Formats: sequence, C-alpha cells, structure tokens
Amino acid sequence: MPSVAVPPGAAPAVEVLSAQKTYPNGTQALLPVDLSIAEGEFVTLLGPSGCGKSTLLKMVAGLLEPSDGRLLVWRKPVAHIDEGGRKMAFVFQAPTLMPWASVQANVRLPLDLAGMARAEADERVADALSLVGLDEFAGALPRALSGGMQMRVSIARGLVTQPNLLLMDEPFGALDEITRHKLDADLLDLWRKKRLTVIFVTHSIHEAVFLSSRVIMMAARPGRVVDQLFIDEPYPRKQDFLVSTSFSRYAKLLQDSLLRASSAQEQLQP
Amino acid sequence: MSSVLQTHLAANRPTDSAQAARLRVPPQRVVPLLQRPQVQRVFYPLLVGALLTALWQGLVVGLELPPYLVPSPYLMLQTLVADWATLGMALLSTLKVTLLAFVTATAVGVLISFLFVQSRRIETALFPYAVLLQVTPIVAVAPLIIIWVKNPIAAMTVCASLVALFPIISNTTLGLRSVDPDLQSYFKLNRATRWQQLLRLRIPSALPYFFGGLRISSGLSLIGAVVAEFVAGTGGAGAGLAYQILQAGFQLNIPRMFAALLLISLAGVALFALMAWLSKLALGSWHASETSHD
Repeated sequence: MPSVAVPPGAAPAVEVLSAQKTYPNGTQALLPVDLSIAEGEFVTLLGPSGCGKSTLLKMVAGLLEPSDGRLLVWRKPVAHIDEGGRKMAFVFQAPTLMPWASVQANVRLPLDLAGMARAEADERVADALSLVGLDEFAGALPRALSGGMQMRVSIARGLVTQPNLLLMDEPFGALDEITRHKLDADLLDLWRKKRLTVIFVTHSIHEAVFLSSRVIMMAARPGRVVDQLFIDEPYPRKQDFLVSTSFSRYAKLLQDSLLRASSAQEQLQP
Repeated sequence: MSSVLQTHLAANRPTDSAQAARLRVPPQRVVPLLQRPQVQRVFYPLLVGALLTALWQGLVVGLELPPYLVPSPYLMLQTLVADWATLGMALLSTLKVTLLAFVTATAVGVLISFLFVQSRRIETALFPYAVLLQVTPIVAVAPLIIIWVKNPIAAMTVCASLVALFPIISNTTLGLRSVDPDLQSYFKLNRATRWQQLLRLRIPSALPYFFGGLRISSGLSLIGAVVAEFVAGTGGAGAGLAYQILQAGFQLNIPRMFAALLLISLAGVALFALMAWLSKLALGSWHASETSHD
C-alpha cells in the first residue's frame, strides 16, 4: 500500500485514508488507498480501464461509499462539506446535459437546485458561458451543439457554482484529439485563473503529463495505486511542451512504470 | 514563412467569410409538389384509399352485389348524409364516452405510475394486478360493472377506462424510471430534493414514454367505448354508434352499418392524429422520436 503524501507546506484539500472498495460479490475494485491532495494541485489519476480510478473519484465526490476507510474533503467527511462554504463540482465523462433544456438552463441547474435568485443566477450563467466561449449559444438546445461544445457546457455547469475543487472523470475521452488539446489548454487556463484544485481522471499518458502537477499511477486487477510522479514543469504550459524532450521523458517514465505494474501482476496471477 | 502566410490569411479573411456566407445560402430550387415529404405523407395514403374505394365500387357494380350484403361506397356515403341526424348524434355520444374514459385513464394511470416509482416494493406488490386488469377481457367484466354503476354513461366510461389504463401505467412508469443515471448522480451531488428530482428530471425524462402511452390509449379508449356500448348500450337520445350498428344489423340496414363503421374509424384516426400532434408539440424541439425524420 504505497502512501502518497502531500507536498510539504500546503493545506490538504482531499485526504483518502485507507479507503477501499470491495463489491458484495467479492470483486476488489480498489485496494486500500492513502492519498493526500493539497489545495491548488492539479492531480491526475492515470491508469488502464478497471484500475479503479473512476471509483476513487466517485468516492471523493461522495457518489460511492468506501467499503472500508475514510475520505475527507477540507478535513470533513464528504457529506458535510457544504458547511464550510466551499464547493465541489463534478464533470462526467459524457456531457450529461438535460436534452429538453437550453444551454443556459442546463448551466443554471446547480444554482436553481440551490435556490439562488434568478437575476443573480443568470448573471453567473452568463459569466460561466463566456468563460468557455459559448455566450452565443445560451439559447440553443444541446442537440444543436457538437460533442466538444456540449462538453464545454458541462464544464460551464461545473464552474458556475464557483467551486474550489473540480473533479473530472475522463471528461474529454470521447472527443477527437484536436478538440481535446484545445479543451486541455483551456482547462489549464481556468485552473490557474480560478486557483482551483483539480482531480482529473484519464487513461491518456500524454494528457496526464501535459495537465498535471502530479500524476497518480494506478493498475488493474485488483485496482490499486502503484506510484506517483511530480511533473516539475512550470505553468503556463504551451503546446511546445508537447514536443519537448522533458515531455517525452515524463511520458516514458509513466509508461514504464505502468507497464511494470501490469507485468508484475501477470507474474503473480498467470 | 508561417507568419507571412498568416498575414496573408488575415488580409483575406473578410472576403473569404463573405464568400462563404454567399455559398451557404441554399440555391432557390423549386421542389416539385409530389417530391416534398410533407405532401407525400398525405398523398400516398390518400391514393391507396382512392384506389381501394374505386375497386370496391367497381366490384359492387360489376358483380351486381345486393346492398344488404355489401353496399357500394357511394351508397354508404349517401346513407351517411341521409341519416346524419341520427348518426351524428350517435358519434357525439360515443366520442363523449371515449374522451371521458381517455381523460380518466390518463389521470388514474399517471397517479398509479407516480405511486409505483416511489418504491420498488409498491410496484412489485401492485404491478401483477395492473396486468390482471389488462388481460381480463372487458366484455367479461362489463356486465358486472353495469350492474354496479347505475348511470349508463358512467358505467361505459369505467369500462372504457379499464381498457385504456394499462398502456398509460406501463409507459409512464417506464419513463419515470428511464432517467440518465449520470444525470441522476448529478442531481444527487447537488443535493436535489425528491421534489426537485421529480419536477426537473423524472417528469421531463418520462414525457416521450408518456406520449407513446397516450397514443395507444387514445385508440383503446374508443375501442373500450364501443365495446361497452355493445354490452350496455341504451337506445334513445344517448345512443352511440355501437348501438346504431346493432340496430342496423337487426334491421339488415347494411349501408347504415357501414356508415357507422366509417365514422368509428374516422374518429379513431382523428384521435391518433391529435395525439401525434400533441406529442410533436411537446417533444418536437428535443426528442429524437420527433426530430429525426425532418
């Protein structure tokens, strides 16, 4: 059980204390994980499918209960984080929009659910939409937008509550590479501008290196954390970073480490 | 090199986009009337109808079939016009029962669906009885209902509602349960109350299924109303189309029988069209079932 600590001197935003997930049929989705994520970090959970990265993220969000262990967000159990006045937002793999509602109404949803006054909510929605560059599409229905634009609506809906912690579950996995690069860059801008803490799930090594300040590597069968890697590359990161030697070096390190983890497992269970 | 290219592109941009805008305007091509899909959708069924009617008329005249076996379409229309005072009243009476039953079935069905989605246990306990209602032939139950319910209109409405109820229950329940699981998680993450989930998520998600149920039930209400009338129908001022058909049968007035039949069919088609229109009105902008064939 490798313990993955906070970089020294930063307040932890998320603490995972020996949290694990075993399903009633005995499947081990995730072996016990110890992980601490500091305020302002951009942490990526990287691994093949079945490694429990989405499970871990959903446990942080409170969508799944750990079968053992605990998770704290801002030093409180996940169910009680509202009390501190800080907010968390979750962006799903699919855009997950309401097909019957306009872009504007979709983005306003979390504010409506929280009972915010209409005028203030509309102002915030306009801000969030301009942040993702979709001001002109406020009145459109989701089906009129491309996949990349729908994903941006989903991100705007995540940002409209002005969260401190953003959880993203392979948000750009279904998009083409060009759109994905664009949204990755936009996301980094937002992260810096809003001083967010981001936990980002992906199976793309390149995306992990480009975005993160720290990559948590995971392996499958059973799902577990195997190692971590700090990406000591200054922000803002430009597209040049993608073709630099340091980028390749990080990518190689991650790839070797992930391969080693999966081959070690094959030797254990032939 | 690349910067030169970029300046070049930038300098050209206004004309480029202007050209693109000009290209995007579709050329004004006149589509022949018969090739427009809206026209085709009406024209082809009408054509088949006209051909069949002509064939029917031709056979009746050619084979000199007696009108008490098969009346010609022309005679049927003549009878319809001549007997309009009776048949029109009968149509109104049947439609009244149909609509009462349809509204009752919809209201009761939706209420039951809401009850079902409250908990799996309620649904498991009660669903077999909804099926029981559906599979028991209404003709078998109708005499009992007529004994229990004094008012004939009310009795017939109850019978027809029972026939029309099940599709509303099963479709609406399915719809209320067919919520995108991620979207539901999203509502949960945002601490949505049960009521908010119902209003903002479950009901809109259920609408396409609900309208599907309405379409089926509108036809079933009419069938139920006619069947109930066959069993319970009374003569006099409140007599419906089924009663007219029975009477015409006794009197061997086959043209009138056909005329009444025609009215029932037309009423059914009209109800179906009305439901299709309502569904288009409610879902047209967003649901695939109403948007894909445009």
